[in-house]
Amino acid sequence: MPLGLEQKDPAAARAGEDEFRIEPTAINMGPSHPAMHGTIRLMLKLDGEKVVWADVEIGYLHRAFEKTVEHKTWNQAVPYTDRLNYCSPLINNVGYALAVEKLLGVEAPERCQYIRVIMSELSRVADHLTCIGASAMEMGAFTAFLYFIKAREYIWQLIEEVTGARLTISYTRVGGVTKDLPLNFGERFAFVAGKTREALAEVDALLSRNRIFLDRTRGVGVMPADRAVQYGFTGPMLRASGVDYDVRRNFPYLVYDRLRFEVPVATEGDNYARYRVRLEEMRQSLSIVEQALEGMPEGPVNVADPRVALPDKKDVYTNIEALMNHFKLLMPGHGIRPPAGEVYQAVEGANGELGFWVISDGSDRPYRVRVRPPCFALMSGLEEMIVGGQVADVIATFGSVNMIAGELDR
Amino acid sequence: MAGSPAAVVSAGALAGVLAFLKDDPETGFAFLMDLAAADYLKFPSPRPGRFAVSYQLYSPKLGARLCVKAYLPAENPSLPTASGLWAGADWFEREAWDMYGIRFEGHPNLKRILMYEEFEGHALRKDYPLGRMQPLVPMRDAIDYEKVRQQSRRASNPS
Repeated sequence: MPLGLEQKDPAAARAGEDEFRIEPTAINMGPSHPAMHGTIRLMLKLDGEKVVWADVEIGYLHRAFEKTVEHKTWNQAVPYTDRLNYCSPLINNVGYALAVEKLLGVEAPERCQYIRVIMSELSRVADHLTCIGASAMEMGAFTAFLYFIKAREYIWQLIEEVTGARLTISYTRVGGVTKDLPLNFGERFAFVAGKTREALAEVDALLSRNRIFLDRTRGVGVMPADRAVQYGFTGPMLRASGVDYDVRRNFPYLVYDRLRFEVPVATEGDNYARYRVRLEEMRQSLSIVEQALEGMPEGPVNVADPRVALPDKKDVYTNIEALMNHFKLLMPGHGIRPPAGEVYQAVEGANGELGFWVISDGSDRPYRVRVRPPCFALMSGLEEMIVGGQVADVIATFGSVNMIAGELDR
Repeated sequence: MAGSPAAVVSAGALAGVLAFLKDDPETGFAFLMDLAAADYLKFPSPRPGRFAVSYQLYSPKLGARLCVKAYLPAENPSLPTASGLWAGADWFEREAWDMYGIRFEGHPNLKRILMYEEFEGHALRKDYPLGRMQPLVPMRDAIDYEKVRQQSRRASNPS
């Protein structure tokens, strides 16, 4: 029987107690709900419009990523990483490749490292555009959503020109990337960056001082800095709470230490602060890509190590050594075989620290791949952010977390 | 062994070590970035125990990371909970329980998190076969009223 319809105790009613008190109502949001991006279930208890209790239930998009890749070769795991954070799949690819390379003790060539930075930052912009656009739309700002999704479309077209796919890109390989950037990439990026900056300026003008948007976001879903640290928050959510931590700067990987960028930090820890931080991060990311394009050297995009990278197709068809090398890398039981050991490699994903804890037993398949999804820590703190607020703000706060069920449930 | 270094701690000493690392002003490992388990059942070289739980810590004060690792036996693997030190450990420990069956003593709500309650076995253990079928479970109500009632009782009387 629903809680709201419970029979009152007649004795208590006679005594005049609780006569006008309304029992809290239990409601269920999700797992299939238009505002629950992906699939997640919230059970709420409401006193009028106020949330008095919440329970977050995850796991609806669990597809055994970690179990599956234990049965694939090292490079076969790459397409599975695309599906972790499907808003910025390139960052997952890069994180996984870096972890395996650390195990192998190889380093991708410099040009490849620049390309990985460029593609990671493009993905970050696309991810933040989706997050702000979608959460603004859920608060009724449909125009911002349209502008941002249009800008994201330009970025995806650019990503498609490089990788051949919009979303399931599988762009990196252990020791490199599948292909070099197209020749006109610089011009194309300049066009896309222009369009994205236009959209950023327009949405900034539409939302940042908009009365309704301010009322819906300021002071809503507040997470103080000490609690954010307790929960292991990272990324824009942590920086919006006033803690200055960014993997790209604190533990530089690839060539981030050669690029100049600022890490935006806000102090309020509310939904508005997260919106501001994400907006500024996109501008920084575009500038990082511009710097990387300037500094990018010519050269190969794959390591020259025959134990790791496939030989050139032209050589495979014309000489026996390359043919043998090709087969040695692709036959079951051969392939890439990192020495036994384990590494933890973190990269700055769009939502925060994306960590790969990879264990190798010396065979051609990973012994264990553990993904530390940034959303997981964020979602464990969601309950604290929504209890005590209005039921309508649940959606606004949930939108600002930018939960991606693909990486949350793996 | 290749890769990142880890400090291996015995299961009995773990709680004290973690509390020291977090609370001592000289170390200040305020972040628990990750808590994950692994099963070494089929690992070629011998390990001190079948299971291992690793804690990836980060100290903003030292600007350093540290991996603390504890090995556990095959029978009744259990560790003291870290959820009193880091609130984020709550869900990570639930996942380690769900996937590997490692108990965390003193955990406030040690339930499955990614799988459903009726799931049999622990899916990421190396002896759990890849294609194993699970029994069907009966359909449930959209809202688990019993759970809501229990939870609200707990919320109103925290004892």
